[in-house]
Amino acid sequence: MSSKKHYSITVNGKQEEFLAEPRELLIYTLRERLNITGPHIGCETSHCGACTVTIDGKSVKACTMFVAQADGKYVTTIEGIGGLDDLHPLQNAFKEHHGLQCGYCTPGMITRATKLLEENPNPTEEEIRFGMAGNICRCTGYQNIVKSIQAAAAEMNAAKEAAE
Amino acid sequence: MKDEVITREERVANLKGMGCSRKRVEDARFTQGKGNYVDDIKLDGMLFGDFVRSPYAHAKITNIDTAAALEVPGVLAVLTAKDLEPLGLHWMPTLAGDKQMVLADGKVLFQGQEVAFVVAEDRYAAADGIEAVEVEYEELEVLIDPFKSMQSDVVLREDTVDENGKPMDGAHGPRTHHNHIFTWEAGDKDPTFEVIDSAEVVAEETMYYHRTHPCPLETCGCVASMDKVNGKLTLWGTFQAPHAIRTVVSLISGIEEHNIRVISPDIGGGFGNKVGAYPGYVCSVVASIVTGKPVKWIEDRMDNLMTTAFARDYWMKGRISATKDGKITGLHCHVTADHGGFDACADPTKFPAGFMNICTGSYDIPTAYLEVDGVYTNKAPGGVSYRCSFRVTEAVYFIERMIEVLAIELNMDAAELRRINFIKKEQFPYTAALGWEYDSGDYHTAWDKALKAVDYEGLRAEQAQRIEDFKAGKTRSLMGIGLSFFTEIVGAGPVKNCDILGLGMFDSCEIRIHPTGSAIARLGTISQGQGHATTFAQILASEIGLPADSITIEEGDTDTAPYGLGTYGSRSTPVAGAATAMAGRKIRAKAQMIAAYLLEVHDDDVEFDVDRFVVKGAPERFKTMKEIAFAAYNQAIPGIEPGLEAVSYYDPPNMTYPFGAYVCVMDIDVDTGVTDIRRFYALDDCGTRINPMVIEGQVHGGLTEALAVALGQEIAYDEMGNVKTGTLMDFFLPTAWEVPNYETDHTVTPSPHHPIGAKGVGESPHVGGVPCFSNAVQDAFRAFGLRHTNMPHDHWRIWKTANELGLHG
Ligand code: FES
Ligand code: FES
Repeated sequence: MSSKKHYSITVNGKQEEFLAEPRELLIYTLRERLNITGPHIGCETSHCGACTVTIDGKSVKACTMFVAQADGKYVTTIEGIGGLDDLHPLQNAFKEHHGLQCGYCTPGMITRATKLLEENPNPTEEEIRFGMAGNICRCTGYQNIVKSIQAAAAEMNAAKEAAE
Repeated sequence: MKDEVITREERVANLKGMGCSRKRVEDARFTQGKGNYVDDIKLDGMLFGDFVRSPYAHAKITNIDTAAALEVPGVLAVLTAKDLEPLGLHWMPTLAGDKQMVLADGKVLFQGQEVAFVVAEDRYAAADGIEAVEVEYEELEVLIDPFKSMQSDVVLREDTVDENGKPMDGAHGPRTHHNHIFTWEAGDKDPTFEVIDSAEVVAEETMYYHRTHPCPLETCGCVASMDKVNGKLTLWGTFQAPHAIRTVVSLISGIEEHNIRVISPDIGGGFGNKVGAYPGYVCSVVASIVTGKPVKWIEDRMDNLMTTAFARDYWMKGRISATKDGKITGLHCHVTADHGGFDACADPTKFPAGFMNICTGSYDIPTAYLEVDGVYTNKAPGGVSYRCSFRVTEAVYFIERMIEVLAIELNMDAAELRRINFIKKEQFPYTAALGWEYDSGDYHTAWDKALKAVDYEGLRAEQAQRIEDFKAGKTRSLMGIGLSFFTEIVGAGPVKNCDILGLGMFDSCEIRIHPTGSAIARLGTISQGQGHATTFAQILASEIGLPADSITIEEGDTDTAPYGLGTYGSRSTPVAGAATAMAGRKIRAKAQMIAAYLLEVHDDDVEFDVDRFVVKGAPERFKTMKEIAFAAYNQAIPGIEPGLEAVSYYDPPNMTYPFGAYVCVMDIDVDTGVTDIRRFYALDDCGTRINPMVIEGQVHGGLTEALAVALGQEIAYDEMGNVKTGTLMDFFLPTAWEVPNYETDHTVTPSPHHPIGAKGVGESPHVGGVPCFSNAVQDAFRAFGLRHTNMPHDHWRIWKTANELGLHG
């Protein structure tokens, strides 16, 4: 269609070029155009955080951004955070501390938590609860999510200390 | 390491069987974004379908014009009731014996009702197509209040009256009015009224358990793919009961059941929302047949909250009688149940009000009577069990509020009133006045443990001081102590009284042991976050002596899994868990014969020990289950068939009755209505505990959903039938910020009739949690004259309560 425009977005380190209508929401670009299905959809109104990704260093809800707004930007999704051979400490900690049940919120939750720990490597429980309040989980009641993030923070800090 | 040097304890630990907090095998894929949910499915040429929905709650449809929509680029088809009618698919049966329009047949009965189905190349084209469909409506009088509906001349459903306008019988007996669906009774009316009318003390209260919604993070959806060459239909979807869905699809479409394959992939939470059959499924199937292409339908959040599966909406009127010293003598409950435009409750067929007749709770109440009237209104259909076993949540809320009101009437402590009325340990199995036989319980022990853990006396003393300080103007904060003691009824259920659409509510497990000593087990249930792949392997590990890590659990594919009724109402562990244990025991029985042959002794001379069969009295002579598995495939054993497989279909002899004692301590700011949950203690008794970590996770999650319902979550309508809470902006889902840390505890009273003594736990915290949070709010105001106020206790309503009690000066 003539209303399509050319866009270029770098997702998880890979540059993607494609034609799309500007009105396409970034979450659909990721999920349907680029087959990156880690980020999920829970509301499309910016409330649930299931679609959380990182764009140019900030947590962003991908359901609230048009593809046109993401043009030229660097996007990281759960797939870019860690995989089989290089699991992120948060991915381990969520399993270790039962920080997930149905798993639907988990990619967004972990993606957000990576930023939270970058912004604040030593968060208190209150800071974690506040910093994660944009991500809804219907299954866990959050207690074990908080625990998972605390455990990952401790592990990451210990690793940093050991490296110094 | 040589086997002989491993101790027995190590052998037990290696199995990762029942009782250990085994880490979940599901988590690797979910934490890496590699889950496979229905919206992740992408098939060649797949189309996308979505609905034109009614903006009106009650209206006649005079015309639907689809011409402009069909001109929209990317739009392939628009289905209306007219297209479905020749196939007999414009209406479909509901699980409750009623029927429901798939697409509006001449009129609409609730806002958001499905009017037309637009099929397009992608969701954007479908959305454009929806915009272009022109529907002409003629508004009709809207009935939102069930009491007014029962008085109104307006006939909501033409199919409820005969040609003279007289109400005809419904699925559950006579109607008293054209908008009346059924009356359902339990217990003895006259004796109960006699007891109550002549009692020393009677407390009465009317309470509204508001309409809400399970709202799992993933909405409902499906992908239908009709392969016309092979005549096979494959349907992927968010189904909590895939086998039942297959049968329903077969019955309504006429496609033979062997030609239908239903697959539930990973499910992003269900909580009851994904039990029923929805118009989206039917339309996707039809659209796939019509277009010859796979068709995907995924609800958005607004569709989800407005149309699929509300919960609760019960108006409950109670009378409870007692002696002067607090011994309860009788209970009467009348419910007006608002079912919306169609009765689409997901209850066992013979129970149109679910298990509401568990409303005598945990108490020894000699006489009781329950009466439920179902009513049509202009609201969405549903009435599902939101993290609850068929209306148990309503029942427990009712009795736990009635107890509090009676305590006020008697001027008694509510904890003590509970204690003197609990069913005693020695009374089990206990037959309640409304018919259920409670299998087991030890309520006094649990209650005492809970009260001690929170220092109940200390809390009451602190509360008394706070009240004094408040009256003296030293604080503007009040303190509430919420109590609840609940008995659940789960594990539906015995085929003799539980079926859905005639399908008995048994469940199943099929096990295949592979030659090298690993296994696959398939079940008729489906996990939506409960962690079945982890916990069912643990049951099996303990039963058959192979490590849980060597056992794959598979569910949700009707072509491979044995038939079962699915996962809801906390039935997986009580029913499919039992089937798993029983199938495991069949494996063990055959293994015993093989072991005896290999060890050259009589069958009775070997016994099972953790992971092996040993010769009695000579434990150094043994065959491990791994060795036995191999022998089953590589030796000709006289009189024994090769292979090692078993299947069990388990029909439970009774329900299971988990129970628990919860205490909530809450501070309330009288001037803002803001609540602060200072402490929440939850003691659960779910019988034998399979995986403590998973149980604790279920309790945290269930309590959080209870907090939501008690403190703010509702589906509200205005007078015109507009849904006022159709997005997550207005529909309360708690975030990490609002949720407290919970203290969990337990006692263990195994179920006497369940093969491993397990009772189920997924729903207990929700069932027990709602009254606990609500009681905390109400208790804070008890000293100022509050008897009862309806949920949800959001800040505004609490402020209003305080204001009405004159606490704002
Ligand atoms: S889907 Fe983006 S915030 Fe919910
Ligand atoms: S684990 Fe299910 S929504 Fe978070």
